[in-house]
Amino acid sequence: MECVQRRRNSGPRARDAAVALEAMVLAVTRKGSEPPGLGTPPPSGQRDSTLKIAIVDESPIRAAILEDGLREAGFTQVERIAETHNLLARVYAIDPDVILIDLESPSRDMLEQMFQMSRVVKRPVAMFVDQSDSAAIRAAVDAGVSAYIVDGLKKERITSILDLCISRFNAFSRLQSELDRAKDALEERKVIDRAKGVLMKAKGLSEEQAYALLRKTAMNENKKIIDIAQSLLTAAELFK
Amino acid sequence: MSATRLRIGYIPLVDAAALLVAADHGFSAAEGLDIDLVREVSWSNVRDKLNIGLFDAAHMLSPLTIASSLGIGHVRVPIITPFNFALNGNAITVSASLFAELAALADGDLADPKVSARALARVVAIRKEQGGEPLAFGMTFPFSNHNYQLRFWMAAGGIDPDEDVRLVVLPPPYMVESLAGGHVDGFCVGAPWNSVAVESGVGHILHFGCEIMQRASEKVLAVREGWANENPAVLAALIRALARAAAFIEDVEAHPRVAATVARRLEVDPSLVLRTLSGSLKLAPDGTTRANNRYIMIGREAASRPDPVQADWIYAQIVRWGQAPLTDELQAAARHAFRSDLFDAALGQQPPRPSEPSDGIGAFVGPAFVADDIAGHLAAWRNFRGGKPRLSIVR
Repeated sequence: MECVQRRRNSGPRARDAAVALEAMVLAVTRKGSEPPGLGTPPPSGQRDSTLKIAIVDESPIRAAILEDGLREAGFTQVERIAETHNLLARVYAIDPDVILIDLESPSRDMLEQMFQMSRVVKRPVAMFVDQSDSAAIRAAVDAGVSAYIVDGLKKERITSILDLCISRFNAFSRLQSELDRAKDALEERKVIDRAKGVLMKAKGLSEEQAYALLRKTAMNENKKIIDIAQSLLTAAELFK
Repeated sequence: MSATRLRIGYIPLVDAAALLVAADHGFSAAEGLDIDLVREVSWSNVRDKLNIGLFDAAHMLSPLTIASSLGIGHVRVPIITPFNFALNGNAITVSASLFAELAALADGDLADPKVSARALARVVAIRKEQGGEPLAFGMTFPFSNHNYQLRFWMAAGGIDPDEDVRLVVLPPPYMVESLAGGHVDGFCVGAPWNSVAVESGVGHILHFGCEIMQRASEKVLAVREGWANENPAVLAALIRALARAAAFIEDVEAHPRVAATVARRLEVDPSLVLRTLSGSLKLAPDGTTRANNRYIMIGREAASRPDPVQADWIYAQIVRWGQAPLTDELQAAARHAFRSDLFDAALGQQPPRPSEPSDGIGAFVGPAFVADDIAGHLAAWRNFRGGKPRLSIVR
């Protein structure tokens, strides 16, 4: 139920994903020794929480956000891989059903080798998203999520993970931009404070008067206070 | 008329030079094209973004273009190439300690790949005897000349690349640090990474790719076949721009300017790019150099023209190492990916490839390549394994 609820919530967010700054690849492998197509598909009632998920991400914050989201959604077996050396050995040690990897990580090519070897090491990997689904692939990559999905895993089970990844990625992007905005705001305040100081000293004004003068000038010139303050500091630097 | 905008993905390597120079030296603008270059971090990304249409065209590993057209390793999307970015350009680099071992065991001049392959087989045998870890070699992608050149060379010395050594995919920017950290004992990669390893004192260049095969299609301009059919005029303009850029790159007078442009895009020292273009490479930290004018060929000796024999050769390697079965249909599909007809249509009939090497490949060992008899050709190799897909054992 929680999963259904979450998916409903993440619907609009998933659409926002078109502008997601970051991107992730979803790789899904299925354990077992039978070749693809011959094994019995998992019963539809199988719980998602049994899926073991590995996150390969060099950004610890984003990995944590993703992990939290997955745990909230009921996926209890989530492991993070931060290092890129011996990535495949780590992946094999964890033996995950699902691998999430940052699309901007060069290590993606290393995972391709795993798909190559899969038949040798008896880990059937096949494209669940088949040729007819190229529109679905495009939509996912457009949104910043690409999928390697295994034959035998129910598409719906993967979709819930995909949706969750997209919404968590957007959450991370929003967090990042809020952080950037906060940083910018702090920087702006510092600049304005320094400009006020220059005016107070040069014209013998109080702090309020200095700020009022900055604001009035900004309004007259149809500019932002920060721009006026910055120009003033530049000019003051020249007069030094 | 406003310029046609093209989004083209590339991996920062010297063999993307024709693309970078076409965009940055006005060759594309002269053809009414506005190229938006997108730097990528992995071949998987390049392939996926080209496949789904986020890129109009891409700088791509020649074997990956064939693999995509055959539908091996991933979804089948027919990809074609009407322009070859470079022949050759790779090198095999080994750690200082492996180089010393090879030198001690060599029965001749290590510059001869037959000698080095035999020496490597001895190193492998000694390790096995002593119960040591197998040697590990880095390469860039399952469908790459780096993979096939390493295998071809090792197999010539009697090594089974799947059993006796470990071949691991490593992104090119990680190669040098992996060698320095002892994670691999050697690697095969394109320029400038071999020179970077030599410069930083951790590697010895053992062989140039062209010493393994005299002519090997390394990277191509890849486009979706459907896109090529829908945009013939734009594609022809792009081919002309790239051909002019490629010819410009081969002008020795222009080398410093070309090196500056390429180095800026790759974020490396221009001297490393110059070295690559001149084909004269420093092999070891002690300053030994080796020159070979085939080291990388971009705009000369018909290097730019997609050569169907290259497609046949790549397909033969794919089959030899068990990545796909040998069938007439697959071979036809592979050959169909190399579109010399589109190249000729855009530029007028072009001179054919040089008469040497006579089979168009020039491998250092084994019978001449016969494109129409891949089965017969592969039968000559002890290591041929039909249809059994394998790459390397990581566990």
